[in-house]
Amino acid sequence: MAKKKLDVLRHNLVPKHIILTKEQTKDLLNKYKIRVVDLPRILNSDPAIFSIGAKEGDIVKILRKSHTTLDEIEYYRYVTKEKTS
Amino acid sequence: MSKASERYIDNCLESLEKDGIPHDLVKHAKEKIMKDQLTESQIDYLADKLYITYMNSLVEPAEPVGTVAAQSIGEPGTQMTLRTFHYAGVAEFSVTQGLPRLIELVDARRFPSTPIMKIYLEEEYAHDEEMAKEVHNRIEQIRIENITYDVDLDFIEWRIHINLIPEMLKKKGISIDEIPKILKRYKKKGSIKKEQNSIIIDPGIEDLQKLQKLREKILKKVIKGVRGIKRGLITKDSKTKEWIIQTEGTNLQGVLEIEGVDSTRTYSNHIHEVQKIFGIEAARNLLINEALQVLEDQGLDVDIRHLLILADLMSQNGLISSIGRHGISGSKSSVFARAAFEVTVNQLLNAGIYGEEELLLGIPENVIIGQIVPMGTGGVELMMSLDDNLKILREKEEKEKKLSLKDVNDE
Repeated sequence: MAKKKLDVLRHNLVPKHIILTKEQTKDLLNKYKIRVVDLPRILNSDPAIFSIGAKEGDIVKILRKSHTTLDEIEYYRYVTKEKTS
Repeated sequence: MSKASERYIDNCLESLEKDGIPHDLVKHAKEKIMKDQLTESQIDYLADKLYITYMNSLVEPAEPVGTVAAQSIGEPGTQMTLRTFHYAGVAEFSVTQGLPRLIELVDARRFPSTPIMKIYLEEEYAHDEEMAKEVHNRIEQIRIENITYDVDLDFIEWRIHINLIPEMLKKKGISIDEIPKILKRYKKKGSIKKEQNSIIIDPGIEDLQKLQKLREKILKKVIKGVRGIKRGLITKDSKTKEWIIQTEGTNLQGVLEIEGVDSTRTYSNHIHEVQKIFGIEAARNLLINEALQVLEDQGLDVDIRHLLILADLMSQNGLISSIGRHGISGSKSSVFARAAFEVTVNQLLNAGIYGEEELLLGIPENVIIGQIVPMGTGGVELMMSLDDNLKILREKEEKEKKLSLKDVNDE
């Protein structure tokens, strides 16, 4: 039987992942007056990250379906390597 | 007064949105206004009320939302009985529910005690029971022992006889010819022959114990199905009226490869597995769904926001971390906070040995030393601006001097 290729991003549980441009990254960090490392993390081995081709150091914007409103909620994660310690 | 023009409504709502009212709320308001055909003064009143109510509902800065979430989840936890409800109906899968399951989730246990999967089928398979059965046969793990009457040892010829049940073979969709091939993969030496409804293996072993061991191994060999899927049940989903397969045991990687399986909806209750295959955001969503399910099943109503905080915290590092000392609580930077949580002496000892510094930025450490806690009003420091105050005082003095001079002149 031929192996089906799994498209992780199409699954019900997986929200939209978008890579931010350098410009957008700068705006985000300025808006909240934070450094990149202050953001929540996501691993570069994460299946969704692999799917969209984000690399270590990128910031991804995740559009989550909100449980409390009708709009989508933006969540940002910083792509990082898994700690081996 | 007549109903307001659409332009008036749009202007009013636009200014509301500019002031920070969320877009979908404004949309709702517009629908209501149009439906009820409100007048201008009514719209103004509504807009003001909307603004005030919304702003009052926002969380205030320095509100200890984490503590509130912990309490809001913990308090109903004390009401959870420790018994498990049994699934009514045909499905006899026992699933961990209630408090034990909640503990599993919050501790981010590596393996759930009752792993189950919900397998959705693709369009062509989902409404046809026969086709659903086909997929089920490909998935459910079938061992030799499930399809044989017995496996005999022939001591005279040193052979193993496997006596198959033809009805079972037909039911599970296995052809007897496949079996020698599959067995050959496990045992290269010796010959494997087919004889009517039996398989005869000549392993070339003369030792009785070795032969018996081999027999045990053969009984357990998986002939068909995905590894780890112990049992499958075909049922009709109550909401969508399609055929789905519920399994005891999970193997997302294996099952998603099977033809007929819908890879956009199928999931398991194994959080770490989902994280490995679909990513941290998917695992976070699963965590929320599972926790919500536990509370709902017990009839407890916890606002979803508390679960959202829990899930966000647990997924913060890119992997699902537990709340306890091997996860979030153990990675706090404050020595006192860790010492106050668990294993007190070790934390203090290590802190002393490595020369750790306590910055007193969090809540437990400030409670310990008796300082105002950085939460609520304690999160705000007020300082008086001496220069500004002196300026105001001087201006006041000047004004009073001028007034008294005026009085003197008037007299």
